[in-house]
Amino acid sequence: MSELKVIPLRPRGGGTGAAGAGLAEAEATDEINASEMRREHEDRLHRQEELIEKIEPAKLIEMLYQMILIRRFEEKAAEAYTLGKIGGFCHLYIGQEAVAVGSIAALRPDDYVMTSYRDHGHAIARGTSPDEVMAELFGRAGGCSAGKGGSMHLFDRDTNFLGGHAIVGGQIPLATGVAFASKYKGTGQVSVVYFGEAAVNQGVFHESLNMAQLWKLPCVYVCENNQYGMGTSLARAMSQQDVSQKACAYGLASEFVDGMDVLAVYDATCRAAERARKESLPSLLEVRTYRFMGHSMSDPGNYRTRAEIEKHQERDPVKVLAASLKNKGIADDAKIKEIEDRVRTEVERAVKFADESPEPAPEELFTHVYANPINVTGKP
Amino acid sequence: MAVITMREALNQALAEEMQRDENVFLMGEEVAAYQGAYKVSKGLLEKFGDKRVIDSPITELGFAGLGVGAAMVGLRPVIEFMTFNFSILATDQIINSAAKMLYMSGGQFNIPIVFRGPNGSAYQVSSQHSQALESWFAHFPGIKVVMPSTPADAKGLLKSSIRDDDPVIFLEQERMYGMKGEVPDGEDFTVPLGVADVKREGTDCTIVARSLAVPLALKAAEELEKQNVSVEVIDPRTIRPLDIETIINSVKKTNRVVIAEESHPFCGVAAEISAQIMERAFDHLDAPVKRLSGVDVPMPYARNLERLALPDVDKIVAAVREVSYM
Repeated sequence: MSELKVIPLRPRGGGTGAAGAGLAEAEATDEINASEMRREHEDRLHRQEELIEKIEPAKLIEMLYQMILIRRFEEKAAEAYTLGKIGGFCHLYIGQEAVAVGSIAALRPDDYVMTSYRDHGHAIARGTSPDEVMAELFGRAGGCSAGKGGSMHLFDRDTNFLGGHAIVGGQIPLATGVAFASKYKGTGQVSVVYFGEAAVNQGVFHESLNMAQLWKLPCVYVCENNQYGMGTSLARAMSQQDVSQKACAYGLASEFVDGMDVLAVYDATCRAAERARKESLPSLLEVRTYRFMGHSMSDPGNYRTRAEIEKHQERDPVKVLAASLKNKGIADDAKIKEIEDRVRTEVERAVKFADESPEPAPEELFTHVYANPINVTGKP
Repeated sequence: MAVITMREALNQALAEEMQRDENVFLMGEEVAAYQGAYKVSKGLLEKFGDKRVIDSPITELGFAGLGVGAAMVGLRPVIEFMTFNFSILATDQIINSAAKMLYMSGGQFNIPIVFRGPNGSAYQVSSQHSQALESWFAHFPGIKVVMPSTPADAKGLLKSSIRDDDPVIFLEQERMYGMKGEVPDGEDFTVPLGVADVKREGTDCTIVARSLAVPLALKAAEELEKQNVSVEVIDPRTIRPLDIETIINSVKKTNRVVIAEESHPFCGVAAEISAQIMERAFDHLDAPVKRLSGVDVPMPYARNLERLALPDVDKIVAAVREVSYM
């Protein structure tokens, strides 16, 4: 019997530009080496500062504002959850803000965005008002899904935000179909879909990538690799843990992206969106990120150490961008405080709006089951 | 009126609706170059091109989900399952996405999609290729389930299903593709969803039948006429929403009911209809409602066993005699 051949993997981020280049792998279970972390942190900060020069200051400030808004919104949601104002499951986006904010900043307003159940950040980054998002979490009529979807099913037709979807990987073929429709109609709209790395183990991820490349669909697949599928680490769930390499099986372009650097995410998404729009080709972005909170509000989190979380918090994406903007003289402490103040007001207003929004009327139980309800009366 | 096969009627419906609305496209395994595993899509590739008639890889969950996503943003997909046995792989997208999208988005995203293909028994293909799944799909609010039994109904109902703004499960029957019947001329001919059809009028006993059970019930009615039993045959045509009024009105007239179906009895459509008759017409019944379902076993391969597993004319005749205390 001949020996199995092992095909060497392409180095991560090779030839994909500054954003993806040469990022050291950090296994979730690695021992923490403070000086190495600091050096890596400084390296990445340097890279972010290089990217800053390519982006308009107003856009940079907007990204910082959105990340802070999502962070404070989620902190408030956690508080409201413990007060019993939010029911069911509540999956917070804290730590991952750079992914939604950076990628959505690279899109046109008429592009489509779809994500998983961890969807608050994407909805807000896409432009849904925090008032309506909070009201949805509270199960109120003023929510962006009229109180029928809840935390996991935010939708907003006005912003082409096509939902939070709560079966792991379920949104991946849906977004592929949205891209199919864009190509069919020739609108030039790009479909962007987010999913966690655990969704990569679902068959439908592979089915979708195959169809997307086969039919050349303008879809950007963004894997938010936060390194845990609920309480199971990547290492315990995936035989080959290099998600971006999975694109090779289908001939897709792919990049590995630092998800703690909002500008790296922005930069990579610009390339992927352009590839989709101009060449009608799909891409897979593996965006390495980390959630600072539990999987959901009911997660005790005993599958990882406090030290591991703190290691990643060193590279808190909000702090990283704020530091870069300060170093580059784009935002000073006063500007950052101004953003924080504005965000505080908005989040307080969102809670007030949600509190004051009425519960859905009882008759709403029966609406929206069918777009074309057929009143069956039968024949005489 | 032209006499055509069920297959041709379905083909006409697809062609006419694709002609009528550019947003309608057909996707599935072997629908284009191969002309359809059962030739329902014959000629459509030539007529509409490969943008609108698309051969998919064997990836049911994937292309079902793709269809639902395309429907979210304005297309009207017709997704063919080569047989509905394979739709089982796609049920996550049908049930969790298509059926619920409108509701969980608070009315923002409806899903105008048709999932169609043959359902029910075929000839000697054993357990995995021979089963009726309507009770599965009919279980879920948000979906409509349609089952034609004649070429005319097939054409008219498929056209209505494609024009409908909700997800429709359109269940054909492999054994019936060659069945001939009169189909009204003209592209405006449609059959509304949610309206049952009295396939034969009678006074002594009602048979509620759908799909393949309808021709069997009609033959049984002929046989029973010779025995002086006047049978009314009702085809609901749409399982969800169910036109229960037409069934109830018939029961009030005949006072006896047999429900004939190919599918398994447990938690089946016949069980649902039976319960609704009990709730709404209990006092009109002169005998308990009789269900004549497929036998409660996986479908066997052997010809003799397969025959035993399915309803047939003799079994329906016997069931009517039983509720008539003959």
